[in-house]
Amino acid sequence: MSNTYDPVEVTPLHADEVARAQADALAAIAAARDLDDLKQARLAHAGDRSPIALANREIGALPPAARAEAGRRIGAARKAINEALAARQAELEAERDARVLVEETVDVTLPWDRAPRGARHPLTTLQERIADAFVAMGYEVAEGPELEGEWFNFDALNIATDHPARSDHDTFFVESVDSGKVLRTQTSPVQVRALLSRPLPVYVVSPGKTFRTDELDATHTPVFHQVEGLAVDKGLTMAHLKGTLDRFAEVMFGAGITTRFRPHYFPFTEPSAELDLRCFVCRGSSAVPGNPPCRTCKSEGWIEWGGCGMVNPRVLLACGVDPAVYSGFAFGMGVERTLMFRHNAADMRDMVEGDIRFTLPFGMEV
Amino acid sequence: MKVPLSWLREYVDLPAVTAHEVADRLTATGLKLEAIHSHGHEIKNVVVGRVLEIEELTGFKKPIRHCKVEVGEAAPREIVCGATNFSVGAVVPVALPGAVLPGGFEISSRKTYGRISDGMICSEAELGIAESSPGILLLPQDTPIGADVVDLLGLRDDVLELEVTTDRGYALSIRGVAREAAIAFGVPFRDPAAIDAPVGGGESWPASIADPTACDRFVLRSVTGFDPAAESPLWMRVRLARAGMRSVSLAVDVTNYVMLEFGQPLHAFDRSRLTGPIVVRRARPGEKLETLDHVVRTLHEEDILITDDSGPISMAGTMGGLHTEISDTTTDIVIEAAHFSATGIARESRRHNLVSEASKRFERGVDRELPLAASWRAVQLLAELGGAVPDPGVTHAEAEVSPTRITIPADYPGRVAGVPYARETVIRRLEEIGCVVTEGADPATGHGVAATGVLASGDLADRLAVPGDDLITVTPPSWRPDLTDPNDLAEEVIRLEGYDLIPSVLPPAPAGSGLTEEQRLRRRVGRALAHAGYVEVLSYPFMGPRDLDNLLLPEQDPRRRATRLVNPLSEDEPYMRTTLLPGLLKTLVRNVGRGFADVALFESGLVYRPEPDAPATAPVLAVDRRPTEEELAAIETALPRQPLRVAVVLAGEFERSGWWGEGRQASWADAVEAARTVARAAGVELVIRADQHEPWHPGRCAALIAADPETGEEVLAGHAGELHPRVVEAYGLPPRTCAMELELSRLRPAGPAQTPAVSAYPVATQDVALIVSAPTPVAEVEAALRQGAGELLESIRLFDVYTGPQVGEGNKSLAYTLRFRAPDRTLTVEETTAARDAAVALAAERTGAQLRGV
Repeated sequence: MSNTYDPVEVTPLHADEVARAQADALAAIAAARDLDDLKQARLAHAGDRSPIALANREIGALPPAARAEAGRRIGAARKAINEALAARQAELEAERDARVLVEETVDVTLPWDRAPRGARHPLTTLQERIADAFVAMGYEVAEGPELEGEWFNFDALNIATDHPARSDHDTFFVESVDSGKVLRTQTSPVQVRALLSRPLPVYVVSPGKTFRTDELDATHTPVFHQVEGLAVDKGLTMAHLKGTLDRFAEVMFGAGITTRFRPHYFPFTEPSAELDLRCFVCRGSSAVPGNPPCRTCKSEGWIEWGGCGMVNPRVLLACGVDPAVYSGFAFGMGVERTLMFRHNAADMRDMVEGDIRFTLPFGMEV
Repeated sequence: MKVPLSWLREYVDLPAVTAHEVADRLTATGLKLEAIHSHGHEIKNVVVGRVLEIEELTGFKKPIRHCKVEVGEAAPREIVCGATNFSVGAVVPVALPGAVLPGGFEISSRKTYGRISDGMICSEAELGIAESSPGILLLPQDTPIGADVVDLLGLRDDVLELEVTTDRGYALSIRGVAREAAIAFGVPFRDPAAIDAPVGGGESWPASIADPTACDRFVLRSVTGFDPAAESPLWMRVRLARAGMRSVSLAVDVTNYVMLEFGQPLHAFDRSRLTGPIVVRRARPGEKLETLDHVVRTLHEEDILITDDSGPISMAGTMGGLHTEISDTTTDIVIEAAHFSATGIARESRRHNLVSEASKRFERGVDRELPLAASWRAVQLLAELGGAVPDPGVTHAEAEVSPTRITIPADYPGRVAGVPYARETVIRRLEEIGCVVTEGADPATGHGVAATGVLASGDLADRLAVPGDDLITVTPPSWRPDLTDPNDLAEEVIRLEGYDLIPSVLPPAPAGSGLTEEQRLRRRVGRALAHAGYVEVLSYPFMGPRDLDNLLLPEQDPRRRATRLVNPLSEDEPYMRTTLLPGLLKTLVRNVGRGFADVALFESGLVYRPEPDAPATAPVLAVDRRPTEEELAAIETALPRQPLRVAVVLAGEFERSGWWGEGRQASWADAVEAARTVARAAGVELVIRADQHEPWHPGRCAALIAADPETGEEVLAGHAGELHPRVVEAYGLPPRTCAMELELSRLRPAGPAQTPAVSAYPVATQDVALIVSAPTPVAEVEAALRQGAGELLESIRLFDVYTGPQVGEGNKSLAYTLRFRAPDRTLTVEETTAARDAAVALAAERTGAQLRGV
């Protein structure tokens, strides 16, 4: 350290000089238009050769008593300059980022239908939903062949050869009328198969394809789908059947759906009933004379959903189940009709033609 | 069944309720309303008139009359009329100006044919009585002039059209419906058949029953001196028309009227055409009969016939013979009322494709106790309306029938319903429908269910017996042959008490095991293909010989062995499909035709594959016991195999063109990838191998090969690729349409997937380019590389295929990236190079591959 002091040499440390250097620096920083400008300003006003840095070096030349004062003055100036630099740096970086991101903007509304779009048939997914509703109630899904033995489709179900109910089924015969083979006219033969092959109690649901020689029109198709349900256990009653179908109707159509049991006849159930739903459209009002007619329910106020009943003890016998010990119930609904009610499908032809415009909106599940 | 309410009210005192309320009650008991046909409510201002003067107008194309008609007013009305079937003095219905006729047709005073017409003289059709009528309705001379025609003729009526299920033949009559209505409203029922029908006086015509299995009651009554010119009265014609039957002649109308009222089909013979005694028997070989419809029918040995010395004269319960038919000169009539075998008539009707009002009733069950009363009612009507003289005698042949008796515990209906019914309620309901109920077990058997005469054996009846105490024994009425089992009685009680009173109770949930693996797989496959861009279709599973040719299937191809339908929807498609492709291809064409050039479809469904040595018939087994396993197997072996398949077809762009640039046409590779998509859903890896299989392009067809998880043997699961150009042409498909079809049951995963070891050590990558001869399948090269590289190989990826001068004529260069990684260390360069060299060496050995640039 020098012990000699030259008052002239320390001019840079004068308060005025420091203040001027700081003012110059702040002005240059503020004037920087971009990050390059700022880099120049940093070099000029905060770099090794900047006036403040040079002044700092002179501190040693001051008399000890003056050093502290000069040091504080320089430190304050440096701090102000660095803070200004950092602030301007942040400002300019934000400006640059904003500009670049704006420049990179695209039109996100451009279409992107490059990959093909697929969908599952609503009759398939509806059958799955129905199956799921029953699986949730403890049922299992049973299956059987579509080209079926006549015994399974008719005789075992108490539909004897000459029973008028048999000719009600417009049956597709296979190979010859007495081959004992038919295209199943209902999913009910799966009941027989389930009772023959499964241990009791049996709770099964069976969706599947069925066939009758109807002409294709808006409300008929010769190849259609049914879902069959069967429960055989000790102590089952019509009340259980009603409870099960009420639950099913609610799962399919939502709470607040009203059902009705109406006496009917099926050879394989006794007692038998048709299950009607309160018309969704007119809520039954069209059945009252004088009110506007309803096309959906033909002003009956109700629409037929399916058939059901207590399994005829004769069917149990044909399957080797003792009706003195077991009782059961069975039911069957048309899947096409269910789709019509649930999704306002007006024409069954759409369901069989395979036009992709019909199927696509249904997506992966219904 | 069409039931005019006015007719119904004759036999049951219905309260003053609307037709809808009657229909609602009947619907609740099981006679469902189909429609209400209202008649005459809108008709007004139609009165009885007498024709005073007729002036024939000339100069028009048809005869026109100008009449003066007295209608009970101060002055007669002038009316122009185009009909000519009346003369001065005729009593006719007149619609006055302001009148409304059926259909809302309003009558006003107007000028026509140059004259004032101040109303209209009406025909039956104009009054809504008949569908068509040739002339004016002529009323009896003593009809009061000026009276309201609607009131007078009872034209105002509501007709309930009811759906009658096949078990309830009794409800195909006014009598049967009236009984149900009386129960439903809790009011008295007057049985129209409860008439005092005389039974003595000798035979009216000799007759006998030769086959008691065909007929167990046969009644004949006869009349003489019938006036063949007598017409059916208007009230009868109106009722017949409202019930849906045409008026034919008085004699025929009477038989139909009684059938509708009682439910007993009747047949009328011209007595002068009968020769010798009548015998009810089955047909003999070669017998023929010309029926009323002028068809000569060759009879079957099981047909039930009414015969006389001349041979068959009528097909029992189905249709009468032409020769003995009532004609417009018949004066002596024999009325037949019989009870035929229900199944016998059902078969006869089906065999001859003859469904008549009579056969419909007989096969559903007719009251066995009706013939005496019904025939008497008919004879009375013929006497009353046709001036006939009834013969004093009646022919009554019958075979003995054991009565049906059913024993049940009194609480059984409640046990079936799940809601208790009082003992008195059960008995009252059964008595209401006509049953006789006695306390205790059936004295004949002392237990359970008695032989009913319908069951095949007493043994079956025993097994239908319901255990329990407090037995009651029920004898159903003669009109309810459908009541044979305990559950039939339960239904009667429950339906009359009301199905709406059954509570709704969820049964306790059993423990289920959810969907099977196969069911879950089917859903995964559907979802995977839909996510991959395929739209599901459900086409009809039929195909025709043309499809087999269009698909270029060779003579011996097993897909040509198809099950044939006896009565197909279309003669063009008489077979059950043996492949899913025809339906899919036709659906693809339909979509393309509707303007969708880029289509990818899939279908999952059964195909039907008859075995060449399968038995031709599946036995129809007994139903009174569980069949044996052998019996069931006999059915199964006669049925075709019905495996589940999945198939795709695709055409046009699979990846679409757009603002981003060119799209990509569907290709064989997409079809193969669809197979891999399915296999991945199944957890199975497919081996792809070149194959030649119709209907695919011979150079662009892949065999899809899976492995049997037990034996490891290869299983051919299906094929994929581009279709043969001739198949494309035959179906009119877009060029280069591609397809895949595989049998889902052949994709069997080896078991649950095993967790891999995931190494965190760094990967080492080596690229190799191999030159092989052009025909060498890439899959073989890759398999060799994979095996040669050994355990350190993590993955292998082909990133370039190159053909060109640098690799020599007839060769191709395959560039692979091999990635190596060890589970427990960082690999050295020496280790990965050694593994790569081993891979190349095995590929060289197996496929002749040479390292490029070496």
